[in-house]
Amino acid sequence: MRFKLPFAIFIVLAILLAVGLRRDPKLLPSALIDKPAPAIDLPLLHDPQQRLKVEGLRGQVWLLNVWASWCAPCRDELPVLMELAGKDGVVLYGLNYKDKSDAARTWLQRWGNPYRGSAVDSDGRVGIDYGVYGVPETFVIDGTGRIRYKHAGPISADIWRERLLPVVRSLQ
Amino acid sequence: MSRWACLILLWASMHGANAAGTIEDREARLSASLRCMVCQNQTLAESDAPLAADMRQQIREQLGQGRSEQQIRDYFEERYGAFVRYDPPFMPSTWLLWLGPFVLLAAGFAALWRVVSRHGRSQPAPLTPAERERADALLKGDAP
Repeated sequence: MRFKLPFAIFIVLAILLAVGLRRDPKLLPSALIDKPAPAIDLPLLHDPQQRLKVEGLRGQVWLLNVWASWCAPCRDELPVLMELAGKDGVVLYGLNYKDKSDAARTWLQRWGNPYRGSAVDSDGRVGIDYGVYGVPETFVIDGTGRIRYKHAGPISADIWRERLLPVVRSLQ
Repeated sequence: MSRWACLILLWASMHGANAAGTIEDREARLSASLRCMVCQNQTLAESDAPLAADMRQQIREQLGQGRSEQQIRDYFEERYGAFVRYDPPFMPSTWLLWLGPFVLLAAGFAALWRVVSRHGRSQPAPLTPAERERADALLKGDAP
């Protein structure tokens, strides 16, 4: 009886700390969910005469993957991206974030290029427009040009199957 | 009359805060009030992360274009959410943060009040005649 209150306080504290330990403080909700995807309008890596435009992709669900040749986790998720762009037939564009274009082209040649095109964001300005704070990040954009989902960090096969693919399929 | 004085003072202080100082002062103030999204416990001013450098560059450019500090803060908040502000706004996800200390303070006062009031209520039992005799003897100094 005497220790009821201290015990209750202990239990509440323990629960709060346990929840706090399990949460990843690096995972932040995107401020852009359900907002129109910011304009990109940047030259493409392999064809600088052409530009990637968000308006041009209206009417289809597509993925924007932020990547760079200096980013090690990007290398890890590349096989998954190859698979989803190939087997699952998902429209995938890249945003080559704060990279040197030569290094980026060499990297794609060496490891494979899953992208229909990659926009060159050499100074990271479009990255800021998309609220990018770490590479890689992946956005799901619907047919009306709105961001519907964002995944921060590399995509594993499990994450693709369990989180992103259901979103893509529900929008198609 | 005093209402007008208040309004003018309010306008002057808001206006002054926006326009005060050189671009460098305003940049310093802005970058100290925004969070670096990479090293989350540092402000833009403190952080060496490349993203923080890019964000400071954005601040400089936008100040150069004549945008106000509030406009620039809104620019970052639109992109990164309220978390980018180093002074968290009062909103459902920060209620615990802002109100928690006051809740704890109130709980402390409640506990204190309970202890004190219980202490004040409890009267010691009156002495029995034997106890009184012994107390008198002790006070006189000739204890048995």
